[in-house]
Amino acid sequence: MIKHESIETNVGLLIILSLVAMGIGGLVEIVPLFYINDTIEKVEGVRPYTPLELRGRDIYIREGCYTCHSQMVRPFRDEDLRYGHYSLAAESQYDHPFQWGSKRTGPDLARVGKKYSNEWHVQHLIAPRSVVPESIMPNYPWLLENELHYADITERMRALKKTGVPYAESPAEHAANVEKFGEAVANQLNINDAEKNLLRAAEADNFDGNPARLSEMDAMVAYLQMLGTLVDFNQYDEGYFAEFR
Amino acid sequence: MSKADPSKKSAVQTTGHAWDGDIQEYNNPVPRWWIWTFYATVLFSVVYWIIFPAWPVGKSYTKGLFNTITFQNSQGEEVTTHWNTRSRLIKNMQSGKEALKQKAYLDQIAATPIEAIIADPEKMAFVRSMSKVLFADNCAACHGSGASGVMGLYPNLVDDAWLWGGTIDDISATIRHGQKGYMPAFAETFTDHQLDAVAEYVVSLSGDTEGDAAKVAVGEQIFKGQAGGCHYCHTQEGTGLKSQGAANLTDQIWTVANVPDAHTHEAKLNAVKRVITKGIQREMPAWEGRLSDTEIKLLTAYIYQLGGGQ
Repeated sequence: MIKHESIETNVGLLIILSLVAMGIGGLVEIVPLFYINDTIEKVEGVRPYTPLELRGRDIYIREGCYTCHSQMVRPFRDEDLRYGHYSLAAESQYDHPFQWGSKRTGPDLARVGKKYSNEWHVQHLIAPRSVVPESIMPNYPWLLENELHYADITERMRALKKTGVPYAESPAEHAANVEKFGEAVANQLNINDAEKNLLRAAEADNFDGNPARLSEMDAMVAYLQMLGTLVDFNQYDEGYFAEFR
Repeated sequence: MSKADPSKKSAVQTTGHAWDGDIQEYNNPVPRWWIWTFYATVLFSVVYWIIFPAWPVGKSYTKGLFNTITFQNSQGEEVTTHWNTRSRLIKNMQSGKEALKQKAYLDQIAATPIEAIIADPEKMAFVRSMSKVLFADNCAACHGSGASGVMGLYPNLVDDAWLWGGTIDDISATIRHGQKGYMPAFAETFTDHQLDAVAEYVVSLSGDTEGDAAKVAVGEQIFKGQAGGCHYCHTQEGTGLKSQGAANLTDQIWTVANVPDAHTHEAKLNAVKRVITKGIQREMPAWEGRLSDTEIKLLTAYIYQLGGGQ
């Protein structure tokens, strides 16, 4: 048995034993990451964010929405009844960083997409108490006032691509996306068309109710309206998702 | 750490070794109860590892012994699997105590025609208690927790006015498929003079007699004629076409223009003019798919009995 004192008085031995201890901790934490793909459910429909949604998500993070809103419906009966189907790992596979959150001062937002109208979201973000009198959410009027800054959208997508999100830059990558997501979605994921796609999406759906301007509200509402809408749960047997746990 | 009492120093043993000649370390072991609690948690974790899914092994993991969950898949076959939260939820939704209790009522609701539900006080008690929660989760964000809506933005559901109809079928269809309300903006169509006249006529329709009779007459012409074309949706009588979600302008209830809060005739006109010039674009989302058929039935019965059901 090595004595306490002999370790503490021998720097070389101390370093080696420290590395061993850290190595065990590291293995336990890191090795599972190599198998993480096996735990992600194989579901249709999940795709990376479109350029406009991506900007909305950036604003969501900028405003600190995650400090009060989670995006993680847990597999409990009460949450199922209130929010809908529990969140899947697959649904946040393109999130960097994920927005699961850990505090619900406001409600969970994982399935808020298409639950309310665009008009409601705009009104509610500008002045929450004008539609929900008992709300304690702050007002975010500048979302409608600020023009959406999108000059760096291609850089933002390139950065995410480095973390493994399948945005396409070369024709080969685009072809792979067409195969994986279909033509329409793949076109949205093409970094070269990012600005064009962003402007077109904002124009087509006019999320902020003002067709003349591209505001941060456009991006924010576009993001909120797609949350949790990508997977059609009617397609799957409930037992299928349980197989991944 | 509180300041060491020099007089007590000698009572505490040192660890016995010294660094740089004179640096020593006190030996203050943690209390016995703490140590045993620590050992107990270690023992607990070992038991936990055996019973619950715990350790990764290659591409798989230890799934836990003596601990399975049996549930029914959508084909009605029994599936038995190792304990996990997702299976537990499925089982809980199928055969949990509360779920079964609720299901007994829900089955009755699903099997009973909605008219019979509304006529049955016992079933309505269930409808009210469950729908209150459904309404709070899904509808209250716009229509308010008391269903009284937001003037100018979201319709009041407790009064007698219905934009899209207040029969059971109308309410059910509105919840199921949503509605898109649209009135074009007339800012460019009307001159100021015409706008004044139409507003005067609209305000007069609900029994207000303060308006200038000549203006009202001009407004009526525009409303009922080609110049305004208001009658296409609001009808010649101003009672509104249900199929268009057009408001009835002849009653005292205002759903979009905030006339009730206007205290002068001028303010009433302005409230109406604002709607005419800007138009309306409102949307109620469709709930089919998000809510089950039975839940929609519950909400229909609930909203029908709130006050204004027709």
